[in-house]
Amino acid sequence: MKTTPFSLFLRTAALLVALTPALALAHQEAGQATGLLAGLTHPVSGMDHLLAMVAVGLWGAVLGQPAIWVLPVAFPLMMALGGLMGLLGFPLPGVEIGIAASAIVLGAVVLTEQRPPLMLATLITAMFAIFHGHAHGAELPEGASALTYSLGFVISTGLLHAVGILIGTVHGRQFGRKVVRAAGGGVAIAGLFFMWKALA
Amino acid sequence: MRKIWTGAGATGLAIFAAPARAHLASTGFGDFYDGIAHVLITPEDLLVVIAAALLAGQRGTAAARLAALALPLAWLVGGLVGTRWQLMSTQPLLTTSTFVLAGLMVALDRRLNVAAVVTVAVIAGLLHGLANGPTMTPAGIGVQGLIGAISAVGVLTLLLSSQIAALTRDWHRIAVRVAGSWIAASGLLMFGWLYQSAT
Repeated sequence: MKTTPFSLFLRTAALLVALTPALALAHQEAGQATGLLAGLTHPVSGMDHLLAMVAVGLWGAVLGQPAIWVLPVAFPLMMALGGLMGLLGFPLPGVEIGIAASAIVLGAVVLTEQRPPLMLATLITAMFAIFHGHAHGAELPEGASALTYSLGFVISTGLLHAVGILIGTVHGRQFGRKVVRAAGGGVAIAGLFFMWKALA
Repeated sequence: MRKIWTGAGATGLAIFAAPARAHLASTGFGDFYDGIAHVLITPEDLLVVIAAALLAGQRGTAAARLAALALPLAWLVGGLVGTRWQLMSTQPLLTTSTFVLAGLMVALDRRLNVAAVVTVAVIAGLLHGLANGPTMTPAGIGVQGLIGAISAVGVLTLLLSSQIAALTRDWHRIAVRVAGSWIAASGLLMFGWLYQSAT
Protein backbone atom coordinates (compact mmCIF):
# COMPACT_ATOMS: atom_id res chain seq x y z
CA MET A 1 0.00 0.00 0.00
CA LYS A 2 1.44 3.35 -0.97
CA THR A 3 1.74 5.85 1.89
CA THR A 4 0.89 9.35 0.81
CA PRO A 5 1.29 12.44 3.00
CA PHE A 6 -2.52 12.73 3.08
CA SER A 7 -3.08 9.15 4.25
CA LEU A 8 -0.34 9.57 6.89
CA PHE A 9 -2.04 12.77 8.04
CA LEU A 10 -5.39 10.95 8.30
CA ARG A 11 -3.84 8.12 10.32
CA THR A 12 -2.06 10.55 12.65
CA ALA A 13 -5.28 12.54 13.16
CA ALA A 14 -7.22 9.33 13.90
CA LEU A 15 -4.54 8.24 16.40
CA LEU A 16 -4.59 11.61 18.15
CA VAL A 17 -8.38 11.55 18.40
CA ALA A 18 -8.29 7.95 19.67
CA LEU A 19 -5.95 9.09 22.44
CA THR A 20 -8.44 11.69 23.62
CA PRO A 21 -11.56 9.84 24.80
CA ALA A 22 -13.25 11.11 27.94
CA LEU A 23 -10.78 9.91 30.54
CA ALA A 24 -11.40 12.58 33.11
CA LEU A 25 -13.14 10.23 35.52
CA ALA A 26 -10.08 8.08 36.22
CA HIS A 27 -8.95 8.71 39.80
CA GLN A 28 -5.19 8.50 39.36
CA GLU A 29 -4.92 10.30 36.04
CA ALA A 30 -7.48 13.05 36.25
CA GLY A 31 -7.97 15.84 33.74
CA GLN A 32 -6.11 14.28 30.83
CA ALA A 33 -8.73 15.01 28.18
CA THR A 34 -9.28 18.52 29.55
CA GLY A 35 -5.54 19.09 29.54
CA LEU A 36 -5.00 17.86 26.00
CA LEU A 37 -7.92 19.80 24.57
CA ALA A 38 -6.92 22.95 26.47
CA GLY A 39 -3.35 22.55 25.22
CA LEU A 40 -4.46 21.98 21.64
CA THR A 41 -6.76 25.00 21.59
CA HIS A 42 -4.52 27.42 23.50
CA PRO A 43 -2.11 28.32 20.67
CA VAL A 44 -4.97 28.94 18.22
CA SER A 45 -6.82 31.16 20.69
CA GLY A 46 -4.27 33.97 20.48
CA MET A 47 -3.56 35.62 17.13
CA ASP A 48 -0.05 36.69 18.16
CA HIS A 49 1.07 33.13 18.83
CA LEU A 50 -0.85 31.70 15.88
CA LEU A 51 0.56 34.10 13.26
CA ALA A 52 4.13 33.77 14.49
CA MET A 53 3.90 29.95 14.37
CA VAL A 54 2.56 30.01 10.82
CA ALA A 55 5.32 32.47 9.88
CA VAL A 56 7.97 30.03 11.17
CA GLY A 57 6.59 27.39 8.81
CA LEU A 58 6.42 29.89 5.95
CA TRP A 59 10.02 30.93 6.48
CA GLY A 60 11.09 27.30 6.63
CA ALA A 61 9.36 26.71 3.30
CA VAL A 62 11.01 29.79 1.77
CA LEU A 63 14.45 28.67 3.01
CA GLY A 64 13.95 25.08 1.83
CA GLN A 65 15.96 22.08 3.05
CA PRO A 66 17.11 21.64 5.76
CA ALA A 67 15.57 24.74 7.40
CA ILE A 68 12.08 23.52 6.49
CA TRP A 69 12.35 20.94 9.27
CA VAL A 70 15.15 22.35 11.46
CA LEU A 71 13.12 25.44 12.40
CA PRO A 72 9.97 23.47 13.39
CA VAL A 73 12.12 21.04 15.42
CA ALA A 74 14.05 23.81 17.20
CA PHE A 75 11.03 26.00 17.90
CA PRO A 76 8.99 23.68 20.20
CA LEU A 77 12.09 22.68 22.15
CA MET A 78 13.08 26.29 22.79
CA MET A 79 9.46 27.25 23.40
CA ALA A 80 9.29 24.54 26.07
CA LEU A 81 12.50 25.91 27.56
CA GLY A 82 10.81 29.33 27.72
CA GLY A 83 7.77 27.73 29.36
CA LEU A 84 10.05 25.99 31.85
CA MET A 85 11.71 29.32 32.66
CA GLY A 86 8.28 30.83 33.27
CA LEU A 87 7.24 27.96 35.53
CA LEU A 88 10.50 28.12 37.48
CA GLY A 89 9.93 31.83 38.01
CA PHE A 90 12.76 33.19 35.85
CA PRO A 91 11.75 36.72 34.94
CA LEU A 92 11.82 37.61 31.26
CA PRO A 93 11.23 41.33 30.76
CA GLY A 94 9.25 42.51 27.76
CA VAL A 95 7.63 39.20 26.90
CA GLU A 96 4.71 40.77 25.03
CA ILE A 97 7.10 43.05 23.15
CA GLY A 98 9.19 40.01 22.24
CA ILE A 99 6.14 38.19 20.92
CA ALA A 100 5.06 41.18 18.87
CA ALA A 101 8.63 41.53 17.58
CA SER A 102 8.58 37.88 16.55
CA ALA A 103 5.57 38.46 14.30
CA ILE A 104 7.17 41.58 12.81
CA VAL A 105 10.57 39.99 12.18
CA LEU A 106 9.31 36.59 11.00
CA GLY A 107 6.71 38.24 8.75
CA ALA A 108 9.32 40.62 7.37
CA VAL A 109 11.85 37.90 6.56
CA VAL A 110 9.16 35.98 4.67
CA LEU A 111 8.06 39.14 2.84
CA THR A 112 11.61 40.04 1.83
CA GLU A 113 12.64 36.37 1.32
CA GLN A 114 15.67 36.71 3.57
CA ARG A 115 18.01 33.71 3.37
CA PRO A 116 20.48 33.93 6.25
CA PRO A 117 22.74 30.98 7.13
CA LEU A 118 20.87 28.10 8.78
CA MET A 119 22.46 28.74 12.16
CA LEU A 120 21.34 32.37 12.19
CA ALA A 121 17.79 31.49 11.07
CA THR A 122 17.60 28.85 13.82
CA LEU A 123 18.93 31.30 16.42
CA ILE A 124 16.35 33.93 15.45
CA THR A 125 13.41 31.52 15.68
CA ALA A 126 14.76 29.91 18.87
CA MET A 127 15.10 33.30 20.55
CA PHE A 128 11.50 34.21 19.74
CA ALA A 129 10.35 30.74 20.80
CA ILE A 130 11.53 31.47 24.36
CA PHE A 131 9.21 34.52 24.53
CA HIS A 132 6.23 32.50 23.25
CA GLY A 133 6.91 29.67 25.69
CA HIS A 134 7.39 32.01 28.63
CA ALA A 135 4.09 33.76 27.94
CA HIS A 136 1.87 30.88 26.89
CA GLY A 137 3.35 27.65 28.17
CA ALA A 138 2.48 28.25 31.81
CA GLU A 139 -1.28 28.81 31.53
CA LEU A 140 -2.64 25.51 32.82
CA PRO A 141 -6.43 25.47 33.31
CA GLU A 142 -7.74 24.36 36.72
CA GLY A 143 -8.00 20.59 37.06
CA ALA A 144 -6.26 19.80 33.79
CA SER A 145 -3.41 17.30 33.48
CA ALA A 146 -0.15 19.23 33.13
CA LEU A 147 1.49 16.69 30.83
CA THR A 148 -1.39 16.32 28.39
CA TYR A 149 -1.78 20.12 28.38
CA SER A 150 1.91 20.48 27.53
CA LEU A 151 1.62 17.80 24.87
CA GLY A 152 -1.44 19.43 23.31
CA PHE A 153 0.25 22.83 23.38
CA VAL A 154 3.36 21.52 21.65
CA ILE A 155 1.42 19.47 19.07
CA SER A 156 -0.83 22.41 18.23
CA THR A 157 2.21 24.66 17.79
CA GLY A 158 3.82 22.04 15.56
CA LEU A 159 0.66 21.76 13.47
CA LEU A 160 0.64 25.54 13.03
CA HIS A 161 4.20 25.27 11.68
CA ALA A 162 2.91 22.57 9.34
CA VAL A 163 0.15 24.92 8.12
CA GLY A 164 2.84 27.50 7.33
CA ILE A 165 4.92 24.89 5.52
CA LEU A 166 1.86 23.72 3.55
CA ILE A 167 1.08 27.30 2.49
CA GLY A 168 4.76 27.73 1.71
CA THR A 169 4.77 24.80 -0.72
CA VAL A 170 3.24 27.10 -3.35
CA HIS A 171 6.38 29.25 -3.12
CA GLY A 172 7.93 27.43 -6.06
CA ARG A 173 5.35 28.87 -8.45
CA GLN A 174 5.27 32.43 -9.77
CA PHE A 175 1.87 33.29 -8.31
CA GLY A 176 2.47 31.19 -5.18
CA ARG A 177 5.61 33.15 -4.42
CA LYS A 178 3.58 36.36 -4.32
CA VAL A 179 1.00 34.66 -2.06
CA VAL A 180 3.70 33.56 0.41
CA ARG A 181 5.33 36.97 0.46
CA ALA A 182 1.94 38.62 0.94
CA ALA A 183 1.23 36.25 3.84
CA GLY A 184 4.55 37.27 5.39
CA GLY A 185 3.63 40.92 4.93
CA GLY A 186 0.29 40.31 6.61
CA VAL A 187 1.98 38.70 9.61
CA ALA A 188 4.40 41.64 9.88
CA ILE A 189 1.56 44.18 9.79
CA ALA A 190 -0.32 42.21 12.46
CA GLY A 191 2.93 42.19 14.46
CA LEU A 192 3.04 46.00 14.30
CA PHE A 193 -0.47 46.05 15.73
CA PHE A 194 0.56 43.66 18.54
CA MET A 195 3.58 45.86 19.25
CA TRP A 196 1.38 48.94 19.45
CA LYS A 197 -0.85 47.10 21.93
CA ALA A 198 2.15 45.87 23.94
CA LEU A 199 3.62 49.36 24.21
CA ALA A 200 0.31 51.14 24.85
CA MET B 1 -12.35 6.20 -1.15
CA ARG B 2 -13.68 3.31 0.92
CA LYS B 3 -10.61 3.52 3.17
CA ILE B 4 -11.25 7.21 3.77
CA TRP B 5 -14.85 6.50 4.81
CA THR B 6 -13.69 3.65 7.07
CA GLY B 7 -11.08 5.93 8.65
CA ALA B 8 -13.62 8.74 9.08
CA GLY B 9 -16.05 6.29 10.72
CA ALA B 10 -13.40 4.99 13.11
CA THR B 11 -12.38 8.54 13.98
CA GLY B 12 -16.02 9.44 14.69
CA LEU B 13 -16.39 6.44 16.98
CA ALA B 14 -13.18 7.39 18.77
CA ILE B 15 -14.49 10.92 19.38
CA PHE B 16 -17.63 9.58 21.03
CA ALA B 17 -15.84 6.93 23.12
CA ALA B 18 -17.46 6.34 26.49
CA PRO B 19 -15.79 7.75 29.60
CA ALA B 20 -13.54 5.40 31.56
CA ARG B 21 -15.13 5.17 35.03
CA ALA B 22 -12.26 3.62 36.91
CA HIS B 23 -10.01 3.68 39.91
CA LEU B 24 -6.83 3.27 37.89
CA ALA B 25 -8.18 2.08 34.56
CA SER B 26 -11.12 -0.29 34.74
CA THR B 27 -12.02 -2.04 31.52
CA GLY B 28 -14.45 -4.47 33.15
CA PHE B 29 -12.51 -7.39 31.61
CA GLY B 30 -10.19 -8.05 34.54
CA ASP B 31 -6.77 -7.06 35.83
CA PHE B 32 -4.78 -8.05 32.74
CA TYR B 33 -6.80 -5.75 30.50
CA ASP B 34 -6.78 -3.03 33.16
CA GLY B 35 -2.98 -3.18 33.00
CA ILE B 36 -3.05 -2.77 29.22
CA ALA B 37 -5.45 0.15 29.52
CA HIS B 38 -3.28 1.73 32.21
CA VAL B 39 -0.34 2.04 29.81
CA LEU B 40 -2.52 3.32 26.99
CA ILE B 41 -4.15 6.09 29.03
CA THR B 42 -1.18 7.14 31.16
CA PRO B 43 0.62 9.82 29.16
CA GLU B 44 3.95 9.41 31.00
CA ASP B 45 4.03 5.69 30.20
CA LEU B 46 2.76 6.05 26.67
CA LEU B 47 5.24 8.80 25.83
CA VAL B 48 8.24 6.85 27.06
CA VAL B 49 7.17 3.79 25.07
CA ILE B 50 6.71 5.90 21.94
CA ALA B 51 10.02 7.73 22.48
CA ALA B 52 11.96 4.52 23.14
CA ALA B 53 10.36 2.83 20.12
CA LEU B 54 11.16 5.79 17.87
CA LEU B 55 14.75 5.81 19.11
CA ALA B 56 15.14 2.07 18.59
CA GLY B 57 13.49 2.21 15.17
CA GLN B 58 15.79 5.02 14.07
CA ARG B 59 18.80 2.86 14.85
CA GLY B 60 17.68 -0.12 12.78
CA THR B 61 16.18 -3.56 13.12
CA ALA B 62 18.74 -4.98 15.60
CA ALA B 63 18.14 -2.12 18.04
CA ALA B 64 14.38 -2.39 17.49
CA ARG B 65 14.32 -6.12 18.27
CA LEU B 66 16.42 -5.77 21.42
CA ALA B 67 14.52 -2.72 22.67
CA ALA B 68 11.22 -4.58 22.20
CA LEU B 69 12.58 -7.20 24.61
CA ALA B 70 14.55 -4.97 26.99
CA LEU B 71 11.88 -2.34 27.64
CA PRO B 72 9.05 -4.68 28.79
CA LEU B 73 11.43 -6.96 30.73
CA ALA B 74 12.95 -4.03 32.60
CA TRP B 75 9.41 -2.69 33.13
CA LEU B 76 8.42 -6.05 34.67
CA VAL B 77 11.45 -6.09 36.99
CA GLY B 78 10.81 -2.50 38.03
CA GLY B 79 7.12 -3.22 38.51
CA LEU B 80 7.74 -6.27 40.68
CA VAL B 81 10.14 -4.30 42.85
CA GLY B 82 7.67 -1.42 42.85
CA THR B 83 4.83 -3.54 44.23
CA ARG B 84 6.83 -3.74 47.47
CA TRP B 85 8.11 -0.18 47.40
CA GLN B 86 6.60 3.18 48.22
CA LEU B 87 6.62 5.69 45.40
CA MET B 88 9.61 8.01 45.78
CA SER B 89 8.95 11.73 45.71
CA THR B 90 11.49 12.04 42.89
CA GLN B 91 9.78 9.35 40.79
CA PRO B 92 7.79 11.73 38.53
CA LEU B 93 10.97 13.72 37.89
CA LEU B 94 12.85 10.55 36.94
CA THR B 95 10.10 9.15 34.71
CA THR B 96 9.75 12.53 32.97
CA SER B 97 13.54 12.64 32.47
CA THR B 98 13.44 9.33 30.61
CA PHE B 99 11.11 10.48 27.85
CA VAL B 100 12.74 13.92 27.65
CA LEU B 101 16.10 12.23 27.12
CA ALA B 102 14.77 9.68 24.64
CA GLY B 103 12.78 12.39 22.79
CA LEU B 104 15.86 14.61 22.55
CA MET B 105 17.94 11.76 21.14
CA VAL B 106 15.23 11.07 18.57
CA ALA B 107 15.06 14.76 17.61
CA LEU B 108 18.85 14.96 17.29
CA ASP B 109 18.92 11.61 15.42
CA ARG B 110 22.08 10.70 17.33
CA ARG B 111 24.00 7.76 15.89
CA LEU B 112 23.83 5.67 19.05
CA ASN B 113 25.02 2.09 19.03
CA VAL B 114 22.65 -0.75 19.90
CA ALA B 115 23.98 -1.07 23.47
CA ALA B 116 23.19 2.58 24.17
CA VAL B 117 19.63 2.19 22.85
CA VAL B 118 19.10 -0.91 25.00
CA THR B 119 20.52 0.94 28.03
CA VAL B 120 18.00 3.75 27.50
CA ALA B 121 15.21 1.15 27.17
CA VAL B 122 16.30 -0.65 30.35
CA ILE B 123 16.55 2.55 32.42
CA ALA B 124 13.18 3.76 31.11
CA GLY B 125 11.55 0.38 31.76
CA LEU B 126 12.93 0.10 35.29
CA LEU B 127 11.87 3.63 36.28
CA HIS B 128 8.38 3.40 34.79
CA GLY B 129 7.90 -0.09 36.21
CA LEU B 130 8.92 1.22 39.62
CA ALA B 131 6.28 3.92 39.24
CA ASN B 132 3.63 1.43 38.05
CA GLY B 133 4.07 -1.02 40.92
CA PRO B 134 3.07 1.26 43.81
CA THR B 135 0.17 2.79 41.83
CA MET B 136 -1.26 -0.53 40.64
CA THR B 137 -1.10 -2.39 43.95
CA PRO B 138 -3.44 -0.07 45.93
CA ALA B 139 -5.84 -0.16 42.98
CA GLY B 140 -5.95 -3.95 43.36
CA ILE B 141 -4.72 -4.91 39.90
CA GLY B 142 -1.32 -6.23 41.11
CA VAL B 143 0.85 -8.67 39.17
CA GLN B 144 -1.75 -9.60 36.53
CA GLY B 145 -2.19 -5.93 35.79
CA LEU B 146 1.57 -5.55 35.57
CA ILE B 147 1.76 -8.39 33.06
CA GLY B 148 -0.98 -6.69 31.05
CA ALA B 149 0.98 -3.45 31.19
CA ILE B 150 4.22 -4.99 30.00
CA SER B 151 2.36 -6.84 27.24
CA ALA B 152 1.08 -3.50 26.01
CA VAL B 153 4.57 -2.00 26.31
CA GLY B 154 6.11 -4.90 24.37
CA VAL B 155 3.54 -4.92 21.57
CA LEU B 156 3.59 -1.14 21.17
CA THR B 157 7.40 -1.03 21.12
CA LEU B 158 7.61 -3.85 18.61
CA LEU B 159 4.95 -2.46 16.27
CA LEU B 160 6.21 1.11 16.35
CA SER B 161 9.95 0.44 16.24
CA SER B 162 9.61 -2.06 13.37
CA GLN B 163 7.55 0.46 11.37
CA ILE B 164 10.11 3.20 12.02
CA ALA B 165 13.02 0.92 11.13
CA ALA B 166 11.34 0.18 7.79
CA LEU B 167 11.04 3.85 6.82
CA THR B 168 13.15 4.80 3.84
CA ARG B 169 11.92 8.18 2.66
CA ASP B 170 13.64 11.29 3.99
CA TRP B 171 10.46 13.06 5.02
CA HIS B 172 9.35 10.01 7.02
CA ARG B 173 12.54 10.16 9.05
CA ILE B 174 12.09 13.92 9.50
CA ALA B 175 8.57 13.28 10.84
CA VAL B 176 10.10 10.90 13.41
CA ARG B 177 12.55 13.59 14.52
CA VAL B 178 9.74 16.13 14.79
CA ALA B 179 7.76 13.66 16.95
CA GLY B 180 10.83 13.27 19.17
CA SER B 181 11.13 17.02 19.58
CA TRP B 182 7.45 17.25 20.56
CA ILE B 183 7.89 14.54 23.21
CA ALA B 184 11.01 16.21 24.61
CA ALA B 185 9.35 19.64 24.61
CA SER B 186 6.30 18.32 26.48
CA GLY B 187 8.63 16.77 29.06
CA LEU B 188 10.58 20.01 29.48
CA LEU B 189 7.34 21.83 30.28
CA MET B 190 6.43 18.99 32.64
CA PHE B 191 9.61 19.67 34.66
CA GLY B 192 8.22 23.13 35.31
CA TRP B 193 4.83 21.80 36.40
CA LEU B 194 6.52 19.32 38.73
CA TYR B 195 8.52 22.16 40.25
CA GLN B 196 5.37 24.23 40.70
CA SER B 197 3.44 21.40 42.33
CA ALA B 198 6.38 20.74 44.68
CA THR B 199 6.60 24.35 45.89
